[in-house]
Amino acid sequence: MIDSRTDKVKISVRKLNFHYGNHQALFNNNLDIIANKVTAVIGPSGCGKSTHLRAYNRIFELYNDQRATGTISIDGTNILDKSVNVLELRRKIGMIFQKPTPFPMSVFDNVAYGLKLHFKVKRHELQERVEQALRGASLWEEVKDKLKKSGMALSGGQQQRLCIARAIAAKPEILLMDEPTSAIDPVGTLKVEELINELKQQFTIVIVTHNMQQAARISDNTAFFYEGVIIEYDETEKIFTNPKEKQTENYITGRFG
Amino acid sequence: MKRRGIALRKTVDFVVKLLSIFFVTITIALMGWIIYIVIGKGVDALSWTFFIEPTAPYGVPDGGIANAVLGTVLITLGAAVIGVPTGILGGIYLSEFGSKSRFGDFIRFAANVMMGMPSIIVGLFVYAMLVYTTKHFSGVAGSVALAIIMFPVVLRTTEDMLSMVPNSLRESALALGMPRWKSIFYIIFRSAKDGLITGVLLAIARVSGETAPLLFTALWSDDWPTHFFTEPTANLTVTISEYATNSPFDVMHARAWSAALLITVIILVLNISCRLLFGKKRHG
Amino acid sequence: MKSELISRKYLIPPELSDRVFKIITAIAAFVVIALMVAFFVQLVWYSMPSIRQFGFKFIISTEWDPVKNVFGALPSIVGTLITTSIAVAIAVPISFIAAMFLVESAPPCIQIPVSYALDLLAAIPSIIFGMWGLFVFVPFMQDYIQPFLAETLHLKSLPVFGDVYNGFGFLTAGLILALMILPFICAVMRDVFKMVPAVLKESAFGAGATSWEVSMGITMKYGARGMLGAVFLGLGRAVGETMAVLFIIGNSQNLSYSLFSGGTTIAATLANNFAEADGIFMSSLFELGLILLAMSFCIQIVGQLWLNRVSRKMGER
Repeated sequence: MIDSRTDKVKISVRKLNFHYGNHQALFNNNLDIIANKVTAVIGPSGCGKSTHLRAYNRIFELYNDQRATGTISIDGTNILDKSVNVLELRRKIGMIFQKPTPFPMSVFDNVAYGLKLHFKVKRHELQERVEQALRGASLWEEVKDKLKKSGMALSGGQQQRLCIARAIAAKPEILLMDEPTSAIDPVGTLKVEELINELKQQFTIVIVTHNMQQAARISDNTAFFYEGVIIEYDETEKIFTNPKEKQTENYITGRFG
Repeated sequence: MKRRGIALRKTVDFVVKLLSIFFVTITIALMGWIIYIVIGKGVDALSWTFFIEPTAPYGVPDGGIANAVLGTVLITLGAAVIGVPTGILGGIYLSEFGSKSRFGDFIRFAANVMMGMPSIIVGLFVYAMLVYTTKHFSGVAGSVALAIIMFPVVLRTTEDMLSMVPNSLRESALALGMPRWKSIFYIIFRSAKDGLITGVLLAIARVSGETAPLLFTALWSDDWPTHFFTEPTANLTVTISEYATNSPFDVMHARAWSAALLITVIILVLNISCRLLFGKKRHG
Repeated sequence: MKSELISRKYLIPPELSDRVFKIITAIAAFVVIALMVAFFVQLVWYSMPSIRQFGFKFIISTEWDPVKNVFGALPSIVGTLITTSIAVAIAVPISFIAAMFLVESAPPCIQIPVSYALDLLAAIPSIIFGMWGLFVFVPFMQDYIQPFLAETLHLKSLPVFGDVYNGFGFLTAGLILALMILPFICAVMRDVFKMVPAVLKESAFGAGATSWEVSMGITMKYGARGMLGAVFLGLGRAVGETMAVLFIIGNSQNLSYSLFSGGTTIAATLANNFAEADGIFMSSLFELGLILLAMSFCIQIVGQLWLNRVSRKMGER
């Protein structure tokens, strides 16, 4: 049982509703994300799991017709409040997307990008930080000889870890991952999963995945979404072995979705 | 590591946004200014005689613009007759036969280069080709010059429009046993019709406002364009240029403005109606 | 039965008609190349007397005397370069931020009409710009902008400005050219901004960048080829523009360094002198035309090659 009294809650979502124009995609979502754990968000496609995640760093605000209501408290601050500084919020929350999104620049510059946005860094220090971030993303050994090469020349799995390195370079506290392995091959997936396991020492990780084995392998807690509603949220082991709700059971045993 | 000031970054972002709004406003305002002036000064000399009488020689107070309007129509039509079919045929070649070939790539390259040729050079070229050799300026030389300007534009538009037609349509037409040329004219053209008409009309609109190439070819005249093939032919744009700069008479300036209003209205109406009728042109 | 399999519908067998059709279209397409070559051949041919008489000196000489029949191209070339540079230097950055605003931040109710207006601005014939320039903008420059630049901003001590305000000259012509080429450049820039994949923008915004930072850091790099293409497009249009410049440039064959003073461009020299030219004078004008042809040819070739090269590179990754 997830007990928000004993575990440290990093993100607390209350009554989150989300609209695309006139279409409501999320309904009264309540969720407590525990610090330094991996929380998996699962559910059939179109159930709102990515939408839910995209509310955390307010990236949805790029689009005129999308809006979120309710509260999302991170360390006690409601980040949906207009007064919250979005730039700082997004520094605190790194985001990894479905498809790897290396920027059209060198490997080095990719990692330095996030850092230089938010920090004044001296040249030698930059070198150090980039290496640190690349090591943190278990990519250093593979790319240390091609730092000047385009980030787009790496393999899919490497690109995704490059994006992780870019995200952690800015010293975030939370990492949001939106189906980070759905576009890369099995070997690359394995490496990313290993990496996630290491990263939870330092970061609170929320990962959206449509791959239930992956959720079972890497997450501590799991939330099951269905049609914009959180059906069940519990420790991963419980969800997969002894779900309370019928819908959850149907989904994880592969009866739909 | 020192943090970069978020306030500063946001301010920079904000200032740039303000600047962009400022410049967009200025640009639109300048455009509005131009149109306002053209309309304001242009309506003065508008009258019934302005549209039915030919231009008068210097110093003669009366006179209209009718011969120049007719001349411009003739020159532009002539250009379309020469330039549009050639351009469309060339575009068919690029899209249907030469899309992946080296020759096709080279043609496309050359067409792009030709589209960027200054129109005055085209005028110079046609002068050397048709005026210098025959010893007389003529309306048809003007048509040829405008056709040369139109040709690569029509060619590239045709290619673009035809290559947007899905291959399945080509295949099903050919599968019916149609010859290639027939499938192109009857099936593929039908599907690309809107884009083609828009492209051709916009090309015509564009050349109808050209002045520089006509200075060397059609020149201008106070007569009706009865000797289109052998003599200087009246046209709106060169008349505007003459009246505006080479004449000290206010009444001629006024007529130049009216003629300017006329040509602007024609071109803008052509452009707007193209976009409204076949309004798929991208925006944003 | 058998005869029905052989189509009787076509007088000429389809294979033959298709082959003929293909050849006809190929010839039509080939006209482009023929024209391109013919341009050079014609202009070189008619320039020959001038090339023979003046040689290389033509390009570096400032002398222009129709009475003595001595001609030099330098004032025209320099004038072309100055006005084009002014136009591009002004129009490119403005187009960039205008496109950024239109694509990234403007609500649809502003974006659509403004884009529409810019497209229409591109359609206005250059003679209209020329007339407006001559009768309206030149006096405006003389009364407001030139005194403002020289006195209020204290730039008159700089040799590139000066304190003679007559409204005509390089600066005015360059400004009008900038206004003319802006909608073309801005249209390409808008496409570039729209071309950047949403995921890429999202991840840059997700990293906490402002829209200016995304434009400078990501769009600029991702769309570098398109943006350079836009610059070349503007260069190409500005370098040969005639009517918008002709009435405004001042038509002086004297070379001057002041942006307020009159000068000429290749296109303006051609349009101004062609009517009364003859013999070696006309040949010199053809040589000027040849120089302009070569200039815009180079701009186009470099632009096209650059676009092709980078697009191949983008295809690889």
